[in-house]
Amino acid sequence: MLVFGFLAVLPGDPARVALGVNASDEAVAELRRQFGLDRSLPVQYVDWLGGLLRGDLGTSYVSKAAIGPQVFDRLQVTLILVVAAMAIALVLAVPAGTVMAARHRRLSGVALSALSQVGVAVPAFLAGILLIMVFAVKLGWLPANGWTPPAQDPAMFLRQLVLPALSLGLVQGAVLTRYVRSAVLDVLREDYLRTARAKGLRPFPALWRHGLRNAAVPVVTVLGLQLATLLIGAVVVERVFVIPGLGSLLLDGVSQRDLILVQDVVMVLVVAVLLVNFLVDLLYVALDPRLRTGTR
Amino acid sequence: MKSYTTRAVAFVASAALLALTACSAGSSTSGGPSAGGDQSLSLGLVAEPASLDFTTTDGAAIPQALLGNVYESLVKQDESGKIVPALAKSWTVSPDRKTYTFDLVDNAKFSNDKPFTAADAVFSINRVKTAWTTSLKAAMDVVQEAKALSPTQLQVTLTKPSNGWLFRMTTRIGAMFSETGVSALATEPIGTGPYKFSKWNRGDSIVLQRNDAYWGTKPYFQQITLKYFKDPTALNNALLTGTINVITTVQAPEALTQFTSNEKYQVIEGTTNGEVLLSFNNSKPVFRDIRTRQAIRQAIDHKALLDTCFAGRGKLIGSMVPPTDPWYEDLTGVAPYDLAKAKSLLQASGAAGATLRLRLPTLPYATSCGQVVKSQLEQAGLKVQIDQLEFPAAWLTTVLKNADYDMSIIAHVEPRDLGSVFSPTYYTRYNDPELQQLLAAADAGDEKAQLDNMRKAGRRLSEQAASDWLFLLPNLIVADKNLTGLPQNAITENFDLSRLARS
Repeated sequence: MLVFGFLAVLPGDPARVALGVNASDEAVAELRRQFGLDRSLPVQYVDWLGGLLRGDLGTSYVSKAAIGPQVFDRLQVTLILVVAAMAIALVLAVPAGTVMAARHRRLSGVALSALSQVGVAVPAFLAGILLIMVFAVKLGWLPANGWTPPAQDPAMFLRQLVLPALSLGLVQGAVLTRYVRSAVLDVLREDYLRTARAKGLRPFPALWRHGLRNAAVPVVTVLGLQLATLLIGAVVVERVFVIPGLGSLLLDGVSQRDLILVQDVVMVLVVAVLLVNFLVDLLYVALDPRLRTGTR
Repeated sequence: MKSYTTRAVAFVASAALLALTACSAGSSTSGGPSAGGDQSLSLGLVAEPASLDFTTTDGAAIPQALLGNVYESLVKQDESGKIVPALAKSWTVSPDRKTYTFDLVDNAKFSNDKPFTAADAVFSINRVKTAWTTSLKAAMDVVQEAKALSPTQLQVTLTKPSNGWLFRMTTRIGAMFSETGVSALATEPIGTGPYKFSKWNRGDSIVLQRNDAYWGTKPYFQQITLKYFKDPTALNNALLTGTINVITTVQAPEALTQFTSNEKYQVIEGTTNGEVLLSFNNSKPVFRDIRTRQAIRQAIDHKALLDTCFAGRGKLIGSMVPPTDPWYEDLTGVAPYDLAKAKSLLQASGAAGATLRLRLPTLPYATSCGQVVKSQLEQAGLKVQIDQLEFPAAWLTTVLKNADYDMSIIAHVEPRDLGSVFSPTYYTRYNDPELQQLLAAADAGDEKAQLDNMRKAGRRLSEQAASDWLFLLPNLIVADKNLTGLPQNAITENFDLSRLARS
């Protein structure tokens, strides 16, 4: 409803954008009629909502093609990117954060900690631009931009995925590292870990067997929030790397005032975020047996 | 602060990690990324079409990709701007200049395997009036009747003589459709051209395949990919890393040096039909006085402006006529830069000290040139207030439709658009009966009358200072060195792919 309202008051007219700089007023009025824009706003809203409930995302004003398959295609691309970035972030953050916590009073821990602060400060698109400059333009190791579906050419797909996934993943990894560090630090101060050490376990094995699962709960919370951030961050990175994902579809939709398309994409993003939150809740239960008994 | 060292550490660490990942991901292919083999070509373009149907969606992107490549017209423009045969082998004009008889080629076939006949031509011409929604369709209003005399002969009768009509037939208005091939124009274009539409990866690229059943000379490349880039840096990087072979339109001329200094590339610089206007809203009281308009033109140092906001690329023009039109004359001397003169003209017209709203579309050239215009006009004693309007949506509604502006900056890229831009109903609100008379006489007359009257019209616009012409957009192409057949001047709506080849 909010999305619909905002888009309705945005200046600009999809019919006029479609007809361009030479359009006559009559032609625009005719096209508005074809688009169904001459109907009252509540009618348009109910019409759109009814379509959504039937699983019909409607037809784009601009391309005149069904929106459903387009959004689905683009969503896959964005999901691949986000999942790859998240994987990189996790692979980076869990060991680095743990080491940082375990050695938080030593130089190596402090150095890693400072490094992660730098990562937090760099926006993903800047990381992307730097990566392109170094690895694509200067060294020529990887393509600067583009996207190939994995089924079409798996090798090219991977080569093109590396830089965008890294630019999202490195930044998110840095943020996540901070949370892993503080979660592990908290766990290190717990009584049960001191007991484990007292039994004679060396620091890292003790942490591994008794600490990580406990530290995981707050980290998973942050992970869920970050996934939502990543979906948004992907919008910008998709533009830098010329990737046909959901983000570029959304930006094009806004600039062409393809209102139905924009509403649909925003709905899909909202549903995705809700799904992620739901999954995070499920993960809590899996990680922490105490939450399971609570439901009885 | 030790931020420098930590940053250095961060960089080295991330570089090491990256190198590891890069090796593993790239191991399955050998060598660097490259854009196709000898038989295929990738072109980098700027604006992706929103639809493939130019009968209902305006914008330069659709004809740029499809016209002349997938669709053909009866007649086309050659590089010098002359109208030459295409699907019509030849044509005759009746003495009263109202009846055109076209002899059509007999071996052209649409990509849906139907032969092209005069009946298709009649269908296509009539369809402009009935099914097209873009306002360009008005160019067909002058047609009284189109009829097929035989499968290879077409007769078109006009309500009045019109030179403009035959010229418009070289543009998208003249595209020939198959009677059985218009059911899905937005996604599946069907034409007679040297290339067939193959695939559209929305948000990324359009792929064309050579039409091996083409009736004319078959093109060199088997497959051509048109890749779309919104970001000029990404476009440049794609050429530098070999993802594409051609940048069809250089967006940021200041970045051109990285190609001019590189042996691997050729840079082509020519002219276009894109006049960058500092447009005036002639219906505003302040602009009704010709002295104000002249003062603004003379307050702008066009050479300095071009150097600052477009890296000196492009051509200075003094009116709405590009050098490739037959009636071009150099009118940059009509209103030369003269700050003292501008100041005194403003004093005389009483506009000195007035505040003008310069409402700019969010396009790179408009934003950067707008700043220069503002500072130059303020030196002459005007106040300029700059607003940015999102392009296209907000700018089209505010400036183009409602004419709620004093001045704007926009490139008009249509060919021969002098009459349509300076009309009382267009956003320039320029009402000049004498100009209308000149244009009508040019359209109705023979070749000489057309030339004379158009030349006068161009001069009149400049002398009346109907707007200011900041410069003409350059045709700037960067391509692999061994590529031939690239156009020197971009004067047609399409990017001709059929002549491209590798030497």
